[in-house]
Amino acid sequence: MFALIKALQWTITLSLIAFTGGGIIGMLFTMMRIADNKILKRAAQFYISFFQGTPLLMQLFLIFFGIPIILGYDVPAIVSASLAMTFYASAYLADIWRGSIESIPRTQWEAARSLGLSWFEQFGLIILPQAVKISIPPTIGFLVQVIKNTSLTSIIGFVELTRRGQILNNVTFEPFLIFSMVGFLYFVICYPLSLYSQRLEAKLTIESL
Amino acid sequence: MGYDFDFSVIWRYRELFLQGALMTIRITGIATGLGLLVGIVMAGLQLLKNRILSGLIQAYIEIIRNTPFLVQLFFIYFGLPALKIMIPAWQAALIALTINIGAYATEIVRAGIESISKGQIEAGRALGLSGLQIFRFVVLKPALMKVYPALTSQFILFILNSAVISVISAEELAYQAKYVASRTFRNFEIYLFITVGYLLIAQLFRVLFRLISRLIFRKAPVN
Repeated sequence: MFALIKALQWTITLSLIAFTGGGIIGMLFTMMRIADNKILKRAAQFYISFFQGTPLLMQLFLIFFGIPIILGYDVPAIVSASLAMTFYASAYLADIWRGSIESIPRTQWEAARSLGLSWFEQFGLIILPQAVKISIPPTIGFLVQVIKNTSLTSIIGFVELTRRGQILNNVTFEPFLIFSMVGFLYFVICYPLSLYSQRLEAKLTIESL
Repeated sequence: MGYDFDFSVIWRYRELFLQGALMTIRITGIATGLGLLVGIVMAGLQLLKNRILSGLIQAYIEIIRNTPFLVQLFFIYFGLPALKIMIPAWQAALIALTINIGAYATEIVRAGIESISKGQIEAGRALGLSGLQIFRFVVLKPALMKVYPALTSQFILFILNSAVISVISAEELAYQAKYVASRTFRNFEIYLFITVGYLLIAQLFRVLFRLISRLIFRKAPVN
């Protein structure tokens, strides 16, 4: 059990890296997506649909085997895992945030423009604060997906919770005990987040009535 | 870069890849159908308003939705032999996928059922239909129609996620990729090709779902 909790730290670390990195890159693609420039828009669209349309496991493998080709030497599994999870998270976050921004009625933009605000003022002062509020529940919901999906990095050899469980199972041959505990640890982290996300969403629905 | 790309291996092992793709389509196809069935039954059972039953179903949904699929897969794949039940890897994968899809499908179908107006159900009762008949003839079809887009996009995600079952050596697409890669060391080329393969399979299912919706609802879903 102690070994599992220690491995859990890696799961959390990787989730945080993926979420932060994905947030930063995702923000970039969100801006590209809502920009007026057609080329930027198309590029962002392509990026998002590639990462949403292919299995995460394949993305992990492509990066895991692709980095040595580009760099000429191997990197530790955590580097490929972080990179792949970051790209993956950024594509989904960009889409969630674009949806939130577009859900703000056009009239808000127009009203802001009629007040003589510049584009950045319109976006930053009027649209963004409203969009952020809408985007929080699905973003937390997606964080749960990220945490669960870090389990896939065990396949490219990153020793996090799932991989540690597998190793322990190979030694002890007690699959029910080990994988129940592994599942329980994921559940303990994910369930409160899921609940929190649902509650926020319910609150938002009531407010908008 | 000093790396020579060699895509010829893909043509040399084309039959294995085709087999793998067919296996992926078969497993995910069956699991999707069964999962939807589980979802409909579970969502129907929740309508009975039996506290214990609903509690159990809710627990099932929350446990599945808040733990990784990979862990569920290991639980079943390594757990069943411990119970002296021996089944091939692809069947263990099928069970895990069905249980997983079932949980998500239950949530979505229930949302659909809740969107059906009370008046419809009362009208059904006024016509003297039994509870089961109301569910079958009045509630189910419009409910499924309402959530059809949500349901199918969730299914597409599962089809992509099914690549994970290669880990327990179910011989589907990603597994064949691993096999060929380990014989030829052309990892990158092969996984690039397989990634495109998954894109195509997902597209195939999208078309299929659209056809099914035309057939059943006689109307394109609002996508």
